[in-house]
Amino acid sequence: MLASHQLTFSYSPTKQFTFQDIRCNDREALLILGRSGRGKTTLLHLLALLLRPESGSVIINDTDITQLSPAQTAAFRAAHIGIVYQKPHFVSSLSVMDNLLLANYLAGKPQDQNRARELAGQLGFADQLSKKTAQLSQGEQQRVSIARAVMNQPGVILADEPTSNLDDENCARVVTLLRQQSEQIGASLIIVTHDQRLKDEISNQVLL
Amino acid sequence: MNLLKISWANLKDKPLSSFLSGLLMTLGITIISLLLLLNKQLDEQFSKNVKGIDMVLGAKGSPLQLILSSIYQIDSPTGNIPLEEAERLTRNPMIKTAIPLSMGDNYQSFRIVGTNQKYVDHFGATVGQGKLFGQELEVTLGSRVAEATGLKLGDTFASSHGLDKGGEEHGEGKYKVVGIFNPSNTVVDQLILTPLSSVWAIHEGHGESEGQHAVENLDADEHHEGEQHDEAHGEGGPRQITSMLIKFRSPLGMMLARGINTNSKLQAALPATEINRLFSLLGVGVDTLRAMAIAIMIIAGLSVFVSLYNSLKERRYEMALMLSMGASRTQLFGMLLLEGLVLALIGFVLGLLLSRVGLLLFSMRAEQEFHYSLSNFTILPQEWAVLAIAIGIGVLAAALPALGIYRMNISRTLAED
Repeated sequence: MLASHQLTFSYSPTKQFTFQDIRCNDREALLILGRSGRGKTTLLHLLALLLRPESGSVIINDTDITQLSPAQTAAFRAAHIGIVYQKPHFVSSLSVMDNLLLANYLAGKPQDQNRARELAGQLGFADQLSKKTAQLSQGEQQRVSIARAVMNQPGVILADEPTSNLDDENCARVVTLLRQQSEQIGASLIIVTHDQRLKDEISNQVLL
Repeated sequence: MNLLKISWANLKDKPLSSFLSGLLMTLGITIISLLLLLNKQLDEQFSKNVKGIDMVLGAKGSPLQLILSSIYQIDSPTGNIPLEEAERLTRNPMIKTAIPLSMGDNYQSFRIVGTNQKYVDHFGATVGQGKLFGQELEVTLGSRVAEATGLKLGDTFASSHGLDKGGEEHGEGKYKVVGIFNPSNTVVDQLILTPLSSVWAIHEGHGESEGQHAVENLDADEHHEGEQHDEAHGEGGPRQITSMLIKFRSPLGMMLARGINTNSKLQAALPATEINRLFSLLGVGVDTLRAMAIAIMIIAGLSVFVSLYNSLKERRYEMALMLSMGASRTQLFGMLLLEGLVLALIGFVLGLLLSRVGLLLFSMRAEQEFHYSLSNFTILPQEWAVLAIAIGIGVLAAALPALGIYRMNISRTLAED
């Protein structure tokens, strides 16, 4: 469960953002819509505590993460927040499997190869586990990103424009998979996007 | 999955770049290590064989050549000296021991040296098989001579003129092997020792007059000097030897050298002085090589730096990604240092191996030309210092670009595409 309260942030005196309050319960999906430049990525980074807000708070499962120290923040994020980015990025020298295990390793959790294989099966890249990530198609890479985001069974999944670079077929597939996975682990799913195709998929919407 | 695995994967991902850095590191370390090894070997061999000899008496010419030929059995002698005059000079009370040497022939490139028991005792050599040479034309072989030539007790052989294999054979008089020395790790191992009289006996009966063999003092002539003529033939030549190894009773004996050099037809050379001069001449070469090796290692460090710096620029997003996934900046800093460290370690191990290969090649050559063995491959204490320096360079070269991790803005980097 995620709730934000009166978040503000400014990059410079001329570039300031004030955001409306956001709330998303477990097993729910929330769509945050807005054109480019409306602060969508800024909001997502604030929710993930990749940016520290100037004022306001973010509460995830009863923890006010804005009160945590930097080290605690990093640890919390690793264990409880899964992030899917617009362009899939991996550690290019490692295989797909190792990239998934990396999520466990950096969160200080035991490395779960079985879970990785299970997710690979569900998300349709089971044959690619030993390949380098650069050898996969864009659609496959995005699905690996989803798998990585849920490796630690986080309470919140944040997706930043996950479908903007994909064709219609892969777009639909990614949205379906995101919902499936978040429901499976009982997480909140928040998607930030300007992709109009998603308006029909998720009813719970907020406009920036 | 751990940081070391990621470091290693990163190095493998950029194989050419890693290879170059590793190669430069290896090259620098190979040169330094080889210099250290050779230095130690040469030092050992030179000091061991010169120990206890205070002065060498021989024919006039280059003092260094006299020392090299008479003590180390390298290079040609400067000529011969009359036995009688040498004996007269060494009757001086300041002289404790005088060991006569007579050289000029060889068997399969191993030198035949006419001398007496004092020479053997001086080097601490002991007879392993058979006995010490006693009569004319008896020889005792050094351990390496026996190994290389296959000569055994009781065998006979003819010597060849000069100091290289290709000399003319003395067909008439044959030497007989009566003993073989135990290995003594001194110059004796590579010599064939025989009584002084053998050398005179071999050269009798040549039937050539003294005048036809002009004594030449330079090493160009390989021909054995000192034709000895039987008194019975009526030509009456004085007996000659090549040199005398001399031990003083006290350090005051050094004054003798000056007297001999200015007042007689002979030369007195001091080994300590000449060897020091030799090393200072060599030292220039060694210093140059050492400076080159250091330069190469610095360039190796630069190569690691450039390679990691470029790699980091490309991997910015990966770093930010890992930070967002829970890695601490110190963890990532450590991971980058590991990359430099691994390169340094690989360079060190390979460098050490290659330097030993180099030493082996040197040693084979030295054995062939001079019969000296340089093959001691143990790790020297100075090489651990080289390891520390290599690690220092690798880590420092990696640390400079890695510091950028601490200044990275995660959000901004992730938002860039």
